[in-house]
Amino acid sequence: MHSFNDPLIMRQIIMDHYEHPRNKRTPVHLNYRHVHMDSASCIDDIHLYVLMQGDFISDICFDGIGCAISTASTSILTELIMGKTRKEALHIIQQYEAMIFEQPYEEDSLEEAVVFRNTSKQANRIKCATIGWDGLKRLLHE
Amino acid sequence: MFDANKIRQDFPMLQGKMMQGKPLIYFDNAATSFKPCIVIDAIKRYYENESVNAHRGDYDLSYETSMQYEKAREGVANFIGAQPDEIIFTSGTTASLNQIAYGLANSFLSSGDEVFVSYAEHASNLLPWFEQAKIHDLVLRFAPLTPEGSIDVIGLEKMISKRTKVFSFAHVSNVFGYVNDLKSIANLAQTRDIMLVVDGAQGAPHLPVNVQDLNCDFYAFSSHKMCGPTGIGVLYGKRNLLNQMAPLIWGGGMNSRFDSKGNIGLQETPFQFEAGTPHIAGAYGLLAAVQYLETIGMENIAAYERELRNYAVLRLKEKVPGIIIYNETADTGIITFNLSGIFAQDAATHFNSNGIALRAGLHCAKLSPQHLMTPATVRASLYFYNTFDEVDQFVEVAKRGGDFLDAFFQ
Repeated sequence: MHSFNDPLIMRQIIMDHYEHPRNKRTPVHLNYRHVHMDSASCIDDIHLYVLMQGDFISDICFDGIGCAISTASTSILTELIMGKTRKEALHIIQQYEAMIFEQPYEEDSLEEAVVFRNTSKQANRIKCATIGWDGLKRLLHE
Repeated sequence: MFDANKIRQDFPMLQGKMMQGKPLIYFDNAATSFKPCIVIDAIKRYYENESVNAHRGDYDLSYETSMQYEKAREGVANFIGAQPDEIIFTSGTTASLNQIAYGLANSFLSSGDEVFVSYAEHASNLLPWFEQAKIHDLVLRFAPLTPEGSIDVIGLEKMISKRTKVFSFAHVSNVFGYVNDLKSIANLAQTRDIMLVVDGAQGAPHLPVNVQDLNCDFYAFSSHKMCGPTGIGVLYGKRNLLNQMAPLIWGGGMNSRFDSKGNIGLQETPFQFEAGTPHIAGAYGLLAAVQYLETIGMENIAAYERELRNYAVLRLKEKVPGIIIYNETADTGIITFNLSGIFAQDAATHFNSNGIALRAGLHCAKLSPQHLMTPATVRASLYFYNTFDEVDQFVEVAKRGGDFLDAFFQ
């Protein structure tokens, strides 16, 4: 966990997920829950897909166009949430939101996602760092 | 003599304002502009010394306010070479263009008539037309663009038909920054009996505008992009067209009398288009803004911005490897670019963390990527109070664009 405090490593993690996003694909099957996240003020245009098996998230993926922050934060989200239960996923999202909005949060449950802990310093990027997370929350409440 | 540093003293926002711990460099003037003291004072004067409604009161204060409000109309008319009764105060360019689209569709156009717009237009000059086209079965067509992104007049001439009734184009595109050849477009329009609507949001603040000289039928612009307050804008229209055009907003102040059967007598132009209490303080502020701009001189403003812009483009090309500038040869203060390999939004964060305000994205012209072939751009837009020093600092920050994640780890 401590290595995530090293700016150099945090930077590498973001760039790695931006340049090689995980789970970036559009599913062929139609039984995925789907949400289209775009915004009037920026170019981010991301589709998020979730496949539920009972209470489990058996697959999560995304596709579309986004900046480094939105792409990397969504990529990290998919890795973190894959295979979790709905309840676990909602808990992780809650911790992430707490971190983004500078509230107390459980660092351990966020793993790599802690690289976005400084987002509030660039308030205009909060929507980039949360676009995929907001989408997942919406899908899990469907 | 034009002296940007002296001019800056007129603007409270340019007195040492900081952003991210750095002196603010404001390069988002195509979005909105800063206000000089005299504009702020004019607004204050209304609220502190008058504060009553125009047109309605039977008492001295209200009479005085009505006179001042009409004085603002005269000042704006003078600023663009129009007559006062051809000037309608709206809430801004968007409201003006909505009134024009609604008015033309309801009073002049019929099913199958063609309206020409372009891929370079702002949402405000597209969506009102899309909506009216749906309701009135109009045909929306797209004028061809030159490789730079201005209207290709020769190509346009080949596309028009007997059903072409309206051209609706920007004076200056808010993405490309080129000045459209309105004179040629107006000539073409006139010989074919086509009405010419001009979105002047990026024109009036930066260039001398004379609507008679341009020979356009309508010209719309916003106060806040030209040192005036937000919430007020202008719709210029030729008197005979305005007199035949249906109002979009109905209510108090625009009717002469009405009865319970719904027979409504309308006020004369321009009042029939100004229902509701107008933005009186806004009109005072706008008058102060046009007088301020006239004192500096619109010719001087246009010349200085061109010079500053050319300098910025030259320096960016010289010092920032891999930069893509999409409108190198444009004639206004809009510079649209991308830093090599950096998503526009990420670049904007990098500039923000260095105190530089500019915009990333599509700049409300969501059809423009079809012309630019890129999903998003960064836009620096200059005004006459920006300086060569600011451009130098901007270029230095642009050079370090690859460090855009620094913003997250400082």
